[in-house]
Amino acid sequence: MKNLKGTLLSFMALGTMLLAGCNDKLTVLDPKGPQAQRQADDTMLLITLMGGIVITVVAILIFMLFKYRASKQSADYEPPHIHGHWLVETIMIGIPVIIVIFLSVVSVKSNYIVESTPQGFEDKEPLVIYASSSDWKWHFSYPEQGIETVNYVNFPADRPVEFKLYSFGPITSFWIPQLGGQKYAMADMVTTLNLAADNPGEFWGRNANFSGRGTAENMFDVEAMTATDFDEWVTEVHANAEPITEEKFNELLEPGHLGRSTYTGTHLEFSPAPHHEHHDDEAEEDHSSHE
Amino acid sequence: MKEFFAQFAIPHPSLLIYIAMASIVLGTIALVAVVTYFKLWGYLWREWITTVDHKKIGIMYLITALVMLFRGGVDAVMLRMQLAVPDNTFLDAQHYNEVFTTHGVVMILFMAMPFITFFFNFLVPLQIGARDVAFPRLNNLAFWLFFMGMGLFNISFVIGGSPDAGWTSYFPLAGNEFSTSVGTNYYMLSLQIAGLGTLMTGINFITTIMKMRAPGMTLFKMPMFTWSALIANLIIVFAFPVLTVALAMGTMDRLFDTKFFSIGNGGMDMLWANLFWVWGHPEVYILILPAFGIFSEVISTFARRNLYGYTSMVWSMVVISVFSFAVWTHHFFTMGQGALTNSIFSITTMAIAIPTGVKIFNWLFTLYKGKIEMTTPMLYAMHFIPLFTLGGVTGVMLAMSAADYQYHNTMFLVAHFHNVIIPGVVYAMLAGLTFYWPKMFGFMLNEKIGKATVWVMSTGFVLSFIPMYITGLDGQARRMYTYSDATGFSLLNMVSFIGAGIMTVSFLMIVWNIWYSFKNSPRNISSDPWNARGLEWATHTPIPNYNFAITPDVTDATSEAFWDSKKNGTKLFKGKIEDIHMPNNSGQPFVMAVAFFILGFAFVFSMWYLAIVGLIVILGCMAFRSLEDDHGYHIHAHEVEETEKKYAKKGGAK
Repeated sequence: MKNLKGTLLSFMALGTMLLAGCNDKLTVLDPKGPQAQRQADDTMLLITLMGGIVITVVAILIFMLFKYRASKQSADYEPPHIHGHWLVETIMIGIPVIIVIFLSVVSVKSNYIVESTPQGFEDKEPLVIYASSSDWKWHFSYPEQGIETVNYVNFPADRPVEFKLYSFGPITSFWIPQLGGQKYAMADMVTTLNLAADNPGEFWGRNANFSGRGTAENMFDVEAMTATDFDEWVTEVHANAEPITEEKFNELLEPGHLGRSTYTGTHLEFSPAPHHEHHDDEAEEDHSSHE
Repeated sequence: MKEFFAQFAIPHPSLLIYIAMASIVLGTIALVAVVTYFKLWGYLWREWITTVDHKKIGIMYLITALVMLFRGGVDAVMLRMQLAVPDNTFLDAQHYNEVFTTHGVVMILFMAMPFITFFFNFLVPLQIGARDVAFPRLNNLAFWLFFMGMGLFNISFVIGGSPDAGWTSYFPLAGNEFSTSVGTNYYMLSLQIAGLGTLMTGINFITTIMKMRAPGMTLFKMPMFTWSALIANLIIVFAFPVLTVALAMGTMDRLFDTKFFSIGNGGMDMLWANLFWVWGHPEVYILILPAFGIFSEVISTFARRNLYGYTSMVWSMVVISVFSFAVWTHHFFTMGQGALTNSIFSITTMAIAIPTGVKIFNWLFTLYKGKIEMTTPMLYAMHFIPLFTLGGVTGVMLAMSAADYQYHNTMFLVAHFHNVIIPGVVYAMLAGLTFYWPKMFGFMLNEKIGKATVWVMSTGFVLSFIPMYITGLDGQARRMYTYSDATGFSLLNMVSFIGAGIMTVSFLMIVWNIWYSFKNSPRNISSDPWNARGLEWATHTPIPNYNFAITPDVTDATSEAFWDSKKNGTKLFKGKIEDIHMPNNSGQPFVMAVAFFILGFAFVFSMWYLAIVGLIVILGCMAFRSLEDDHGYHIHAHEVEETEKKYAKKGGAK
C-alpha cells in the first residue's frame, strides 16, 4: 500500500509540474471572445466538478483497500454475503442523476448561446464571411466588401462575424480556439459559425479535422482589427490586389500549400456556395433548393 | 505483365515498409519450416484448424488478439516517436496517416474484438454449465472469417498500400477522388468479412445463453460475465448489420462509382458518418461491457465476497445497451445540426454516465467488508477503477456539446478514449488473461512479474495520455503528423513518447512472464487455484473436451454456483455419467473462409474472374453443407468414466 500512496503522490507532483510547465494559459482556457469565454467557463466548471468525482472515487477506493485487505484480518474471517441496500443504491444512483440534470441544464443553455449572435453584439449587423476549404487552404470571401483572401482573415473587432463554412473537398473543421469552438465545413452544405472578438488581436486558426496529407499545415492567420484599420485594409486591397478570376481560382484549388494572398471580387460570383444550407432545427428546410 | 505487377505495388513505399516486408517473408518461411520439421501440419489441421471445441476456438482468438496487440502497439510507438519532437521527419505525412489508420482499425477490430470473443468462447459455455456453444461449426466459421478479414487487412501494407483515411474512414476523403490507392478497398472488404464472423458470433452466443444454461440457472442466476456477454452480443446483432450496409455502400462507391457518399450527384458525405457511428458507438459498449463482466468476476473473487448490487449491475447494463444506440450524434456535434439536436444528444450521452457510475460504486462496495487479496488480476482491477473514472468524467466533458466544440478532434479526445479503452478494455482483458491462464494452460503466471507489469503499465499509461489532455486544451489537433516548436507542444509530447516507451516495456514483461512461467511454474496446481466462485472453476484442468462429465445442477444456488457448493457442501453434479453427444470437426468452414479471403482480395483489386472463383467455392461449401448428413458422435459413458478417473488420481476439484 505504501507503494500505492507513493505512486499517487508522484503522479500528483508530476501533474503539478506539467501544469506549471505551461507558463501561459492553455489556448482554450484563454478566450478572447464571448463564445470562447462561455466554452472556457463550462470547461472550468466541468474540470472542478469532475475532479470532485474522481477524488471521491479514489478516496473510497483507498479507504476500502486499507480497511478490508486480507493481511489486516484474522485468518478465519469470512466476508458476509451482502445483496445491497436500498439507501446506498438510491444515493449511488441519485447523485449522478442530480449531476447529470444540472449539467444538462448548463449544456442546453450553452448550446443556444454558442449558436446565436455573440453576447454583447446583438444589436450589430454581423459581417458575413464565407470560409471555404480546399486541399489544404482556406479561402475567405467577403461579399459585403467584395474581396477575397487566402489563408488569412481580417475582421473588425466591434462587429460579430458570421462564418459561412463549406468545403471543396473532404470534410474540414474550421477552428479559431481563442474565439470559439470549431464547426465542420462540408462539400454539400453550408454551416454557420458565429464568432466575435472582444478586442483587436491576432490569433491562429486551423482545420482540425483530418483531410489528407496536408492537414497538419492547414492553418490560417486571424486578425481582429479596429473598425478604422479594417476599413483601411479593405480600401488598400481594392487599390492594390488583382481581381480573382475563375482561372486563377481553379489554380488555387489545386492540392497543395500556399502562403497568404489577396484578391478583389469573390469566387462566389462564378463558383457559388452549395445551395443546401444546413439550417437550425427550428427553421424550415428549403426543399426547392435541391436540384 | 508490368501492368499486372504495378497493380500490386505500394503507392507510397518507404524503408520501414521494406524492412517489414522482409521480416514478414523471413518470419513466414521460418514458421513453415518449423511446422514442417516437427511434422505439425496434421496436428494443426486436426486439433486446431478444423476444431469445433469452443475452448480451442477461444484460444485461437486469444493468440490472434495478442499478435495484433503487438502489431497495433508498434504502430502506436511509431506515432508517438514521430510526435516526440517538433518538425520530426521520421515519418512523412502519408506514412503517418497510414499508421494511425491501421493502429485504430487493428486495435479496435482485430485486437479488442477477438480478445472479448476469446472470453465469450472460453467462458460462456463453462459459466452456464454447457458442453459447447449452440452452433459449434458456425463458431469455427466465425473465427476463420474473422481471421481472414484480419489477414486481408494486414497484407494491405505490403500489397497495394495501407488505408490512409483514418479508422473512421470519413467520406469523401475515403472516396476514390481523394483516396486513390486500393488501401480503403482493403478497409471496406476486410471489415466486411471480419464483421460477418462477428455477427455469427453474436447470434451463436445469444442462442447459447438463452437455450443452453444448466438446469436451475435462471437469467438472474447467471454469472455477471455471462450477463455482460449476453448484452454485448445483443448489441452486436443490432449494430453490426448497420456496418455491413455502410461498408457495402462504401465499397460500391469505390468499385462501381455509385454516389452514396461521394461529392456531387446527390452524394451525402455525412451519411457515412451517421451510419458509421450508429454502429461505432454501440461498438464501444460491445467492448466495454464484457470488460465490466471480467472485472466483476475478478473483484468478487479477490474481495472474497459476492458482487454488491447484482441486480442493479444487470439493469445498468441493459440501460447502457439501449442508450448506446441513442448517442451516435455526439461524434459530430460540430456538424452544424443546431442547438436542439445537440442538446438532445448531449443529454442522452451524459445519461450513460449514470448506469456506468452505478457500476463503479457497485465494485467499490463489493470491497466493503471483504477480505481483499491483491493478486495480479485484482491489481489490474484496482488500477482500472480510478483510471477509468478519469476517462469517464472526461467523457462527460466531451458530452457537453457547446464545450465539445473546443475539444472536438483534439488530443483531449484522443486522451479520453484511450483513457476509457486501455484501463477499461485492455486491463480487463489482461486481468482475465492472468485469471483464467491456469484454467487454459495448467500453470499459473508469475505473480511478482505480473504485479510489476501492472505498475509499469499504469505509469506508462499516465505519462502517455495525461499530457494529451493538456495539449488538447492548448489547441493540439489530432492526426497531425507534425507541429512547429512555436506551438509549445514539444515538452508534453516528449513525455507522451517516454510513457509509450514505458508501456512497451510492460507489454514485453507480459511476454517474458509467459515464457518465465512456462519454464518455471509448477504444474501440479489444483483446478481451482484462486479459490474462485463461478461454475467455470468446477471443471478439471485441463478441461476435457466435454467440459462437464455430468451437467451441473444449480437449482439451489445463487449466481455463484461453485462458491455455494464449496461453502454449503451442496452437490453440483447429481445423476450419473451417460453417453455424451459431441459435434464432429470440419474443414469446410476453413475452406469457405479462405474463399472469402480470395473474394475479398479479388474485390480489392477489381479482379473479377478471381472473384467469381471465390464466390463459386463459397456457394459450393454452402450447398455441400446443406446436403451433408453429419450427426456428430458419442463419447461413451465408460470412456468418460475412465477420463474422470484419471483426473481423480491427479487430485483437484471433481
